[in-house]
Formats: sequence, C-alpha cells, structure tokens
Amino acid sequence: MKAASPSSYDEMFAADGSVRAAYRGYEQWYAEQPADLLRRKATEAEAFFRRTGITFNVYGNEDAEERLIPFDMVPRIIAAHQWRRLSRGIEQRVRALNAFLHDLYHRQEIVRSGRLPARLLEKNPAFLPQMVGFTPPGGVYTHIVGIDLVRTGEDEFMVLEDNARTPSGVSYMLENRETMMAMFPELFTRVRVREVSDYPRRLARSLAACLPPAAKGHQPVVAVLTPGIYNSAYFEHAFLADQMGAELVEGSDLRIENGRIAMRTTQGYQPIDVLYRRVDDDYLDPLTFKPESQLGVSGIMDVYRAGGITIANAPGTGIADDKAIYSFMPEIVEFYTGEKPILPNVPTWRCSEPDALKYVLEHLSELVVKEVHGSGGYGMLIGPTSSKKEIAAFAAKLAARPHNYIAQPTLSLSTVPILSRAGLTPRHVDLRPFVLVSPAGIDITPGGLTRVALKKGSLVVNSSQGGGTKDSWVLDD
Amino acid sequence: MLGRSANGIFWLFRNLERAENTARLIEAGFRMALTRDARDASDEWRSVIVTLGLRQLFEAKFGSDYAGPNVINFILRDRDNPGNVLTMCELARTNARMVRAGITREVWESVNDSWLKMRELLARPVTETRLGDVLDTLRRQSTQVRGAMEGTMLRNEIYNFARIGSFIERADNTARILDVKYYVLLPSISYVGSSLDNVQWENVLRSLAGERAYRWLNAGRMEARGIAEFLILDSRFPRSLAFCYGKLRSNLEHLAREYGCETDAHAILREADCDLHTITIDAIFEQGLHEYIAKFISRNTRLANQIQYDYRFID
Repeated sequence: MKAASPSSYDEMFAADGSVRAAYRGYEQWYAEQPADLLRRKATEAEAFFRRTGITFNVYGNEDAEERLIPFDMVPRIIAAHQWRRLSRGIEQRVRALNAFLHDLYHRQEIVRSGRLPARLLEKNPAFLPQMVGFTPPGGVYTHIVGIDLVRTGEDEFMVLEDNARTPSGVSYMLENRETMMAMFPELFTRVRVREVSDYPRRLARSLAACLPPAAKGHQPVVAVLTPGIYNSAYFEHAFLADQMGAELVEGSDLRIENGRIAMRTTQGYQPIDVLYRRVDDDYLDPLTFKPESQLGVSGIMDVYRAGGITIANAPGTGIADDKAIYSFMPEIVEFYTGEKPILPNVPTWRCSEPDALKYVLEHLSELVVKEVHGSGGYGMLIGPTSSKKEIAAFAAKLAARPHNYIAQPTLSLSTVPILSRAGLTPRHVDLRPFVLVSPAGIDITPGGLTRVALKKGSLVVNSSQGGGTKDSWVLDD
Repeated sequence: MLGRSANGIFWLFRNLERAENTARLIEAGFRMALTRDARDASDEWRSVIVTLGLRQLFEAKFGSDYAGPNVINFILRDRDNPGNVLTMCELARTNARMVRAGITREVWESVNDSWLKMRELLARPVTETRLGDVLDTLRRQSTQVRGAMEGTMLRNEIYNFARIGSFIERADNTARILDVKYYVLLPSISYVGSSLDNVQWENVLRSLAGERAYRWLNAGRMEARGIAEFLILDSRFPRSLAFCYGKLRSNLEHLAREYGCETDAHAILREADCDLHTITIDAIFEQGLHEYIAKFISRNTRLANQIQYDYRFID
C-alpha cells in the first residue's frame, strides 16, 4: 500500500499506510480485481461518455468543440457520521443564505446593525435594485445551491465558496454514479451507498412547491431555460429537463401573453409556472438588464414582480456569491440563525482593511488572492506557483484597488487516490454537494460532485483547467 | 411540445432519411459504373449527381470530370457541397441535441454514435475500395436509429413528427429518383423500351432498394410501366409514394386526435392521398410521368410547409 504525501490528509490511507474505515469495503474489493481490469474499464467508461454525449463545450476552442471531463474510477467515500455533520452545517448555511437575501432586499437589518458594511452593496452589480421590496413565491431565493467544500483533516471541512446563482455539475454527479453502477454492479452489493438518482424528481417537486400567484390549480408547468446547444453546460440543461419531464426552452420560444410567460408549443402558447433558468441575471431580461441579450425574455422581470412566474434561482441571488460577502458568512450565519456556524469558512483577509492589506502584501508568495466579483479562477493570484515578476505586478494592482480583493492561505487540500498507470496515486479533491430549497424545507442529496486535480501536486480542480470528477459516495449506516 | 422541438425532430429524421437515400443512390451508381466502360461509367456518375441536384455545384469545381472518386467524395464529404452526407449527419445530431429532452436515450445514443462513426470514416478521402464499408455503415446506422425509435419511443406527438419528417423526405426522394432517371437521363425518347432503358430501370429499383421485391412480384420482367406502378402506387413497398402517404395519413391523424383538431395540412394530405388511391398507372402515363411527378413533388413540399406552419415550428 502506498501512503499519501505526508503534507496533506489522504482520505483513503492513514499516514501509516493503513486503510481508513470508510474505504475498507472498497479496498477489499479493489484488492481482488485483476490489475488490467480497471484500466480496461477506464477505456470503456470514456467510450461510454462519448457515446452518451456527456460533454462540455469550451468557449474559444473551436477544434475541440466538445470535450469530456475526465472521469476517475476510484470513488470518493464519505462516512455516514461525517455526512451527518456536513449536512447539518450545509443546511444551516443555506437557511442563513436565504434569510440573508430576503433581508438584503428588504429592511437590511444586518447593515443597520453594523454587522455588514453598506459599501459591499453599493455599486455592486450583483445586487439588483429591481428585487428590492419584492418577495419571491414561497419566500425562496436560492432553489438550488452548490456549496463548495474542502477538507484539510479528519474532521476539518471548510466552505470554500457558495454557489447561489446557477450552480452546475449535478448531471455529472448523477452520470458518474450511473457509470460506476453499470461498470461495477457487484461493488454496490458489497458496499452500501446512499442513492442519488432521485435528485431530478426531488428538484421537480421542489420547484413545483414554489408556484407563483398566477398559477392555476392544474399540474404545475415547469420549464428549463437554456442559452442553447453551444452553452458549456447544455448537456446538463437537457439532461435535467429530460429527467424532470419538463420542457427545455430557449429565449426565442418565449413571449408574454396575458401577463404570463408563455412558450410556443405545437398547439399555441402555453403559460409557464416555474422557470428553472440556466441563464445569468444579466441576460434574463433585455428590457431590464443587457439590452443586446437574445437569451432571455423582454419584460420577464415585470411579469415576475406581478406574480406571473417563478424564476429559479431568483434574480439577484448572485450577491451571495460575492467573495467580500463570503468573508462575512460566519457573522451572517450567526445573525440569522442565532447559532455558531457548524462549517467554518476558509480564513480570509479582506484587503479593504488596512491591517489585512499590509499582511497580504507582505505574504503574497504564500497566499491565494481572488477578485471579489470574479468566478471560475479568473483574475486570481496563486502565490506559491507565481514568479516574482507576476507577484510584483499583482501587488501593484492590489495596492491600487484593495477593495477589489480578498486573500486566503494556500490550503493543503485533502487527497483521494486516482487510478494511474502506477496504481493508486493521491490527488487533491474538493466537494460540491447540491442543495434544494423549497417552502417545505431544505433537501440535500447525499454526496455531490467531487472534482479532482489530475496533475500531481496541483490544487486546481476546475474542469476547464484539467480537472476531472469522481463518483462521491456517502455510506449508509 | 415546443414548436421548436417539433421542428428539430422533423429535421432530425429528414436528414437521416436523406443521408440513407443518398447512400443508396451512390451504391446503385457505383454498381452500374463497375459494369460499364469508362465513358459510360462517368455518365452513370453524372446521373447520380444530377439526381441529387448537384450538377452546377459539381461542375463549378470539377468541370465535366465525372470520375468516380470525385463524385463519391463530393457527395459524401466535400465542404464545397453544403448538402454533403457528413453535414447531414452533423445536422441530424445537432437537431438531436436540440431535442435531447424529447427523445429516448437509445435514440440519442444511436444518432450520436452514427455521427461519431461517420465523422471518423469520412475524415479522409473515400477510395473506391473503402466505399462499400462507408455505405454499409451509413445504412446500418440509419437502421439502428430507426430500431431504437421503434423500440423505445412513446407513440405521442414527438414520434409522429419524427415519422412525418421521414416520410415527407422519403416520398420526395423516391419521386426525384423516378423523375430524373426517366425524364432527364434517357438520351432520347427512342430509347424507351431498349436494353439501355431496362438497365436504367433496374438501376432505379436498386437505388430504392426495390429490385428484389419487384422481381419477386413480377417474375423478373423489367418493364417501365410496371416499375413506375410499383414505385408510385404499390402501397406494400416501403419506399413507394403510396406507402409514404399512407404513413403520413396515419401520423397526421394521430396528431389530430391528440390535439383534438385538424389543420390545413390535413386537407392537403387528403387530396394527395386520395389521388394516389384512385389514379391508375395508365392515367399517369397518359398525362406524362414527368408532369405527374412534378405535381407530386410540389404538393409534397406544400404539405411540409403547411405542417411547419400549422404546428408552429417557427415563430
């Protein structure tokens, strides 16, 4: 057995090379498999993904218009007791996020109480004045949330990021499981893993629980709004619509009729009750936001405010993804739930604060610095892997606009083995569990999407930068 | 169902049908070319190009050099021919992605698989040695999609729009092959009934995969009138005009039942279908086969347009 590198926590092997409890069942099975079988299965899996079209598009890359996200066949396994704690922490955080969003768009008690500086909202493009004073149907802002977690030790899980806008990746969670079950059915008879396959049904139920006032008493009409087949996540949009039995619509299918958003069907225009939109706020309504957008529907914000439709997630939820806001999440959780946060944040320096800025500038080579409005790894500095010149250039940018940045320590993320030529080799991972919110409560699918950095030593798990995915198991007691 | 999805599924199946028919046409042309001397062989290839309506485009590129490899590659994979088979497979797949939520996983996988295979096979020029393999694959793939569809799709509006796309396209193809072979390709009317004429007719049957069925029904007699009757009026033959319209009628009836109302398209269909049921082959030859077919093709197009309009394919 190979032990992981001593610097980071390996989820499968302890430092002495012994197998941790959660992985014992899997390891026994693994040891019985002939060496070449798993490699052959890896090739099979890739052919399977290609045939089923589970691909993502890369913008600005015309040759490889559709790529596969590499799939690794060693599952990421979470013990039942760990998951119980994680899900309590996630639920608490998501409850706080929704209360926070409601407050931000109403009385702003948290600002009045002095816990959150008002300047974080001023001139912040993610804060939508159109949402002020309006309560979405059912009081739900974030119908679907993805909470990105990282782990640094046995019990040390931290929230790296909240995705309250339009989190993606759930189709990979589902397809990864399907693939594993198709390839290794006997493995699932030996290790009891909690089911994820009913996510689409739960999503449909959760969305249907947030009907707008204008909905009649009939069966709720749910539609998924996609930017179209060239969007990087199109596969997921089609997948979810298919699994929910909902229509997959584009902006050009929609128009306003009698105060409702209606889709052009073969029998005329039919009103939609709930629109699960996978189009950003900016493109949702050309009348209100970007006038050149062809992806949304003109006037949908007026219909929305008049109670003609439910938009999921609600416009304006992106403010909760802001990294400056993120740094206040421990205070936010406490303010709205009256409880201490179960899941901590990654320690974060706000460069807007003079002491923090001074520290960050002195320690740039050890830190990760992020733009507060950025996403997906753009516009950030990873100190340990940057040259002196890059650091100096970044320091100048940072000193000129400190408000625009936060900094975090370079974390030693936990590792899980991947199957490489040499057998099991540790690689860094993160975890994105998916959370559904409806007036009936908060529903967390056990597991989520594990992203893995395939390059040795790399901490970057993004699929656009060479990351892969794993099936994520939560064990059944 | 969305109008845009109906449009997508309609064109998905039109493109698949067209790709398959094109493969058959090349196959028949290739077989003919093999049995003739070089000059006649290039006549044969020209007839394939003319049947596909590609003469102008082809001659703009190759002049009158109707050599086999030129023709084969022009039809199958040349980007100067916007209607090449690879593009059809690509369009079919793009449409399938667009209506992904409306088709079963099996149908999607077989369309996707078909595109992946064709893309690989057509990545480099097709030699006459490889041609058989390419055409075989093309036919097998389309059979696979059809099988997936028959075996897994709910018989609802989506299925009916898919079938309507297939049969509109198939009727159009059969009519065009019949017309071009008969009207355009015979050097002059004096050839009617000659041995060249008979070879041509056999080729028509072969292009439509009907030679075996026809022989079986007619004890091997090749005769223009009999073949035309078979291809137009015999509702037992799955590529005949009468068969296609029988299917179109039942698919449109299903839609009318599901939606609770008929549309203008139903009236056009009834007129065409009634015509195919009452006319005799003698009457067709009396008014002129070419005139009859030209009328049929234009009504078929009118029907397709009316369906697209009635069911709100586009805004």
